[in-house]
Amino acid sequence: MADLINLIETWIKTLLLGWGASEGLTEFTLQALGSVLVIIFCFVIVIALIWVERKLAGRIQDRFGPNRAGPYGIFQSFADIIKIFTKEYVTPTGAEKGLFNIAPVLAMASVLAIWAVFPFAMNVVGADVHVGVLYIVAVGAFGILAILMAGWSSNNRYALLGASRSVAMLISYEIPMVVSLLVPVLLAHSMKLSLIVEAQQPWFIFVAPLAALIFLISSMAEIGKAPFDLLEAESELVAGYHTEYSGMKFGMFYVAEFLHQFTVGALITIFFLGGWSGPFAVQWPILGVVYFYAKSFIVYVVISWIRLSLPRIRIDEMLNLNWRFLIPVSFINLVAVAIADRVMMDFELARWIYVLVMFGTNIIILLAALMLAEKSSKAVEREEFSPRPVAVPPGSESK
Amino acid sequence: MLNYWVYIGVFLVVSLVVPLIAVLLPALISPKKPNARKEEVYECGIETKGNVRIQFKSQYYIYALIFLVFDIEIIFLFPWAVSLGKLPLFAVIEGVLFIAILFAGLIYAMKKGVMAWS
Repeated sequence: MADLINLIETWIKTLLLGWGASEGLTEFTLQALGSVLVIIFCFVIVIALIWVERKLAGRIQDRFGPNRAGPYGIFQSFADIIKIFTKEYVTPTGAEKGLFNIAPVLAMASVLAIWAVFPFAMNVVGADVHVGVLYIVAVGAFGILAILMAGWSSNNRYALLGASRSVAMLISYEIPMVVSLLVPVLLAHSMKLSLIVEAQQPWFIFVAPLAALIFLISSMAEIGKAPFDLLEAESELVAGYHTEYSGMKFGMFYVAEFLHQFTVGALITIFFLGGWSGPFAVQWPILGVVYFYAKSFIVYVVISWIRLSLPRIRIDEMLNLNWRFLIPVSFINLVAVAIADRVMMDFELARWIYVLVMFGTNIIILLAALMLAEKSSKAVEREEFSPRPVAVPPGSESK
Repeated sequence: MLNYWVYIGVFLVVSLVVPLIAVLLPALISPKKPNARKEEVYECGIETKGNVRIQFKSQYYIYALIFLVFDIEIIFLFPWAVSLGKLPLFAVIEGVLFIAILFAGLIYAMKKGVMAWS
């Protein structure tokens, strides 16, 4: 009972072997079943998340959000899906049909494929490869290719500009993201995701808060949501790289964006929030799955909260933030953590002293970086205007 | 161990096929009534003129070049980070030097005004 997932796996295995299937076929069937299950669950989550996001956006911006279809509008997403399925596909003249049609599928696949290596609970790991972190970084980069394909093949100036802008942004923010990923790898001495989760005593957000912060900021840029949603700045670029897409092809980009946000939540959970760990998660692996999804959902809501509260920034501000602040700070943080970790290992200190020193180092670097940034940034000059003449109704002038 | 890579292969195929089904399914039930006006390129209602694959700022390429340098650097840093616990302190300092050299490159590029978006 305790280990429900592995129990079901063994049951299917014995069942298939009992039917006379070979060892290899059984293994293959199990793997196919597992991957279909994970991917279908991803889609189900996105349907729920779209409702959550819209309701949250409504409440934060002092609106109701969806409230017509069903109680609290919970059937809104289903209505949207039925509508989008009956929409006509429009391909613009002069579009490169092949690339144009593959791009939405690739955008979705690049996000889905990341889920192959996630440890959902103790012993419930998709593929526990030794290079899990590298796999995540490599597969995630395919999304950039999909955006470039969509923008180029649309035969639309706005789409092309939006795509080139997003590629400049996405590749820039990939550097601080990967460098801050190096910190958990360094602390756990492994690139295996299950080992990184198990090494978190306490959670790495307490050992490396600065890396967690940089990872959060740069992956928010990777998702392409506000305040970094320049790739679809409506006032400048219509809708960015997916201007020409309609029906389910647009739906795929939309769903990929939401799933990417949830995937970032899952990544932060794995690297900094202890993954599936929690009370009784070792005895009851099924609880680990619940913890994993709950933590991811909390991070998802935090990202939504940030994006709904902040206005969009300009492209030069965005690139400056990355190249002049995030990249130097993330590299200095990496060096400091590496030296501190190595030196303290020689002294064999107690765990709590180690954590305290790490936390202090991170905070000091963050404060110093913020102070330096404030000093080096030019003060905003505001033009002084003389007060404008105001029409005053006769008889009400102050005497 | 090899099993895991088979799983990743299966997973990649499934993650390509599921969105493909989702995109192909509406093609069966959705209406198909194309006409010339509908299929025009959308530029806010104005007719498109000239070649659409326009030139854009060369700055994008410079960012891509600097990105390439750092991306390769990070690939070298991963094994360093994994084996940090087994390395002598000297090797750790060497890694730091490696980062510092590339960092000097970044500062040079910044001072040269490459990063300035005008």
